[in-house]
Amino acid sequence: METLNETLQETITFDLGTEGVRDLNAELHAPTARRYRVKNPLGAHAVAAGVDGDLEILIEGDVGYYCAGMNQDGRITVEGSAGPGVAENMMSGVVRIRGNASQSAGATAHGGLLVIEGNASTRCGISLKGADIVVGGDIGAMGAFMAQAGRIVVCGDAGDGLGDSIFEARVYVRGEVGALGADCIEKDMGPEHRAELKELLTRAGMTEGADDPAYLGRFRRYGSARTLYHFNSDHSGRY
Amino acid sequence: MCGIIGLHLRDPDMQGQLGELMAEMLQGIVGRGPDSAGVAVYGDRKRCPEGFSAVSLLHAQPGVGAAVAERLPGTGAVEEDRVGDTMVLTAQASPEVLSTAVAAAVPEAKVVGLGEDMIVYKGVGNPLDLAEAYRLRDASGWQGIAHTRMATESAINAEGCHPFSVGVGVSLVHNGSFSNHATIRRELQRKGVTFDSQNDTEVGARYVANRLSEGDDLETALIALGEEFDGFYTLLVTTENGFAVVRDEIACKPAIVAEHPRWVAMASEFQALAKLPGIDEARLFEPEPGRVYAWKR
Repeated sequence: METLNETLQETITFDLGTEGVRDLNAELHAPTARRYRVKNPLGAHAVAAGVDGDLEILIEGDVGYYCAGMNQDGRITVEGSAGPGVAENMMSGVVRIRGNASQSAGATAHGGLLVIEGNASTRCGISLKGADIVVGGDIGAMGAFMAQAGRIVVCGDAGDGLGDSIFEARVYVRGEVGALGADCIEKDMGPEHRAELKELLTRAGMTEGADDPAYLGRFRRYGSARTLYHFNSDHSGRY
Repeated sequence: MCGIIGLHLRDPDMQGQLGELMAEMLQGIVGRGPDSAGVAVYGDRKRCPEGFSAVSLLHAQPGVGAAVAERLPGTGAVEEDRVGDTMVLTAQASPEVLSTAVAAAVPEAKVVGLGEDMIVYKGVGNPLDLAEAYRLRDASGWQGIAHTRMATESAINAEGCHPFSVGVGVSLVHNGSFSNHATIRRELQRKGVTFDSQNDTEVGARYVANRLSEGDDLETALIALGEEFDGFYTLLVTTENGFAVVRDEIACKPAIVAEHPRWVAMASEFQALAKLPGIDEARLFEPEPGRVYAWKR
């Protein structure tokens, strides 16, 4: 039996201007190479969804819905902006968006790292289940909604409703925060939190900030007040 | 799920390309709404010359033009253009005079569009086939919108197809669903407003048209809509001098705007904008929840 390495080619290029997303994803699900370039995505949906392996995928343009969804071990970079649900339900690996991301970035993601170098829209990290998200710019309203585990770092501002009904995810925001969501509160920044923040920024490639104590010092931490964990009729108005 | 596109041309030199650009954009939203599609085109002077008005009708049979012309002595012929389910009549008369004549001559027909430079087409079927039937690629003008429908709350028929155009030159397309439309419908009915369908979007369109007729500008009318209506919506509303986008406060329904010195475009998805000329230089943004964005000609 051939070993995988013997059949691997160098880099395979797909042009979505002439080839279909199904063909691309079929190749990525049974890979014959470790590196892929995807040209002319033009907002196509589900580009590089369901990757399951240590593949390096460079997407040269803007993508539509659910890019890199369910990613496991893949290292996927979008040289443009991403539509709704980028890296939704990611299990592991790294997804990097050079531009902006639409709503529900990293929704329900269990593991891995999602880096958005620009801004993220509403509901960034909704129902996050253990992945890490680092956003270079701002996030829109309703970020970290019902986020259960994982970390979200926002280098810019966060919109209204941050952390509504949040469970145990931790959120770090450097800029302004709008009205906090129900049961979300600001928490102390201990040394362990500062170390965690530094590590996340470093992994995201934002080393300039990670190595600057003054930059790190402006971040504040948000999390759950844990008053909504158990239903209590006194709280019914807050749900 | 439904799909929306809109294109508002700032550069008059691009008017000849309006239909071609819209047909290209439409391809990006077919999957969002495969059951029906409608279009409103503003400023196509081949279809509705200066000094003329156009009325779009459903349930009108060939020959209605002659029947309407009889009610309009001295205005010349009433041109008929049957496009699938839609019959477009044009005549050298004001919109009000033309619609009065239509109501008298063909009371069974439903008016689904009326304007001095706006023409509305509605129909059921694959959006790309409908775009052919509407001769969308040949259309010219300064503004146009289109909608592809995936019906969720009322029947798949031409009446339920968007745009809803219930005021002179006003068109509204909607992605989402209103939850309190029955209540607002009853309130408008008490004010004397009549309805053509059971569709929730028609209530939104009648509400906006009612506010505009009471003197609101488009932005004010849409802010008022945000206070009255519950539900999910991205709306694109056009008038004979404007173009406006608004999303509800939760903003689940997608929208993306591209603003370029030569044009403003809006679509449900980026892929509908990807091939517009100059898209790489355009300012791209998602409308913020609950905020009205309006442009004037």
